[in-house]
Amino acid sequence: MTKHVPGVLASFEHIDAAVDAIHALKQAGNADLTVYSAAPNHELEEALGTGSSWVRAFTLVGGLTGCAAGLAMTTWMSYDWPLLVGGKPIAALPPYVVIMFELTILLGALSTVAGMVLLPQLKKIRGRPYHPRFSDDLIGIFAPCGPDRAQALIRILTVSGAVEVTHEA
Amino acid sequence: MTALAQDQPVITQTHADVTRDVVATLGPPSRGYYLALFTAVGMFLIGAATFVALLKEGLGLAGYVPPVMWLVYITTFVFWVGIGHAGTLISAILFLFRSPWRTAVYRSTEAMTVFAVMTAGLFPIIHIGRQWIFYWLLPYPNQRYLWPNFKSPLIWDVFAIGTYLTVSTTFLVVGLIPDIAAVRDKVSGWRQVIYRACSLGWTGADNQWRHYSRGYLYLAALATPLVLSVHSVVSWDFAMSIIPGWHGTIFAPYFVAGAIYSGIGMVLTLLVPLRRVLRLEHMITEYHFENLAKLTLFTGSILGYAYVMEYFVAWYSGNTFEQTTFFRRAFGPMWWAGWSMIVCNAFVSQLLWFKKIRTNLTALFVISIFINVGMWFERYVIISSSLSNDYLPYAWGQANPTWADWGILIGSFGWFFMYFLLFARTFPIVAIQEIKEMIPMPRRKGAHR
Repeated sequence: MTKHVPGVLASFEHIDAAVDAIHALKQAGNADLTVYSAAPNHELEEALGTGSSWVRAFTLVGGLTGCAAGLAMTTWMSYDWPLLVGGKPIAALPPYVVIMFELTILLGALSTVAGMVLLPQLKKIRGRPYHPRFSDDLIGIFAPCGPDRAQALIRILTVSGAVEVTHEA
Repeated sequence: MTALAQDQPVITQTHADVTRDVVATLGPPSRGYYLALFTAVGMFLIGAATFVALLKEGLGLAGYVPPVMWLVYITTFVFWVGIGHAGTLISAILFLFRSPWRTAVYRSTEAMTVFAVMTAGLFPIIHIGRQWIFYWLLPYPNQRYLWPNFKSPLIWDVFAIGTYLTVSTTFLVVGLIPDIAAVRDKVSGWRQVIYRACSLGWTGADNQWRHYSRGYLYLAALATPLVLSVHSVVSWDFAMSIIPGWHGTIFAPYFVAGAIYSGIGMVLTLLVPLRRVLRLEHMITEYHFENLAKLTLFTGSILGYAYVMEYFVAWYSGNTFEQTTFFRRAFGPMWWAGWSMIVCNAFVSQLLWFKKIRTNLTALFVISIFINVGMWFERYVIISSSLSNDYLPYAWGQANPTWADWGILIGSFGWFFMYFLLFARTFPIVAIQEIKEMIPMPRRKGAHR
């Protein structure tokens, strides 16, 4: 059973109000925010100040592995059962480039997806409240906090322009 | 591409409207939908019955006559692989170019890609004769430690098509996840349970979007060279041989342009009725069709140029065999197929210079049918005419397709349309998330960025 995270959940209709709320919450010392939106938004990303994703490392490593695997597989298999035809090389690079290229793309793409699945797990967001309208037309901001700080955060969010603020105990 | 990207689609909807309208397409289907689905299933069953007959009797049922041992199955294989290419062009290449018009149509084209490649993948298996040992193509160690011959373009094809199917499916599924989550939050009961499982825990949290957006970009960047490579590799199935009419360096770009052209033809064939059946007229507009028509004109013109070049090279080479092949394509026993390909592809696409035709959906639909027919004939002509008349006149032979060829061809269309129709009712056929990305988020009164 996932443990429920206590905190304050606010909904916003306006992007500028949500951005103001993020700045205000961060100023008040709340760095561990979760912001929900129906589509990616640069203003929200800038306000949160999150760095660039490490998915690219997965893509690079996957692609290079695929390329090396393509070369290793074709060359090794050629020499494992060598067939000399017309004095041509047993392992020939030009035709094997096609296999290397295809495997570069294949493993690059699959490892990119692995990165997209694994990297979000680094930040634990399980147990944080969610509202179905966040996938529709509202922006959601969740700030984890204890009951002592809840009222202060509700005030910040309301002043910023939240249309609804709930305390998730 | 730049010219296309300059125009902007007019979107008057709000975020809530987009979710509501797209989710509405997943409601109870209309009578027209059921009619289309049953027709597709019926066509598929014709193909399935033919396949059973092939399994029982062997490839002797098909119209092969030596030396023409590649005929309708390989023609249709190339046809379906080509269909897939427009989907990847629109979903991946135009994504990298940031073309705004792709958003409303890319999901349906990407789905078309996956189902077209799935269909194409059946044909090499049908064609090999002993279908139950198709796995010999894969590099696995057998009891005699023999490996595939990696110098053969047919093995390149296995890797190219396998990679294309995997990456296209991945690209489609990854793009669907946020939209499935949006549907999950709008429906109830057992449907919600299924969509919840398919949404893989997506909530649209900032750290999900951060990795998702970058990952999607890299997938698009990987799919772009892949799509160009796939039909190049398919073309090398022919060009690496020394058969007259096949052995040309022009083949890779010629096939890629043809693939995109045929794919856009199929996109038009699918989208014109689909937008009416699913009531998506306000989302997939004249603006989108006009851009598709411009792409058709562009790729059709490249294809026309390639046709001219093929004849020019045959003449300029001074090679008798090459010249004979091309002479027979135009004036031999298969002249009707040769001219069908030229008229349907090189000439019909030129009608799209006229804006009135580009914006007339009935005209576009009719043109798209010509494109589908023309592109199938193109592959048929390339394969059949070259094989029937190669270097040794005593070994010449004319193949004629039989019911077993046509049965499988009809079945392949049924198989493709069946999957597409089922997809269109099960998952959002218009990308909710990407359309929302194009609609500016509302701001407080008087606030400006």
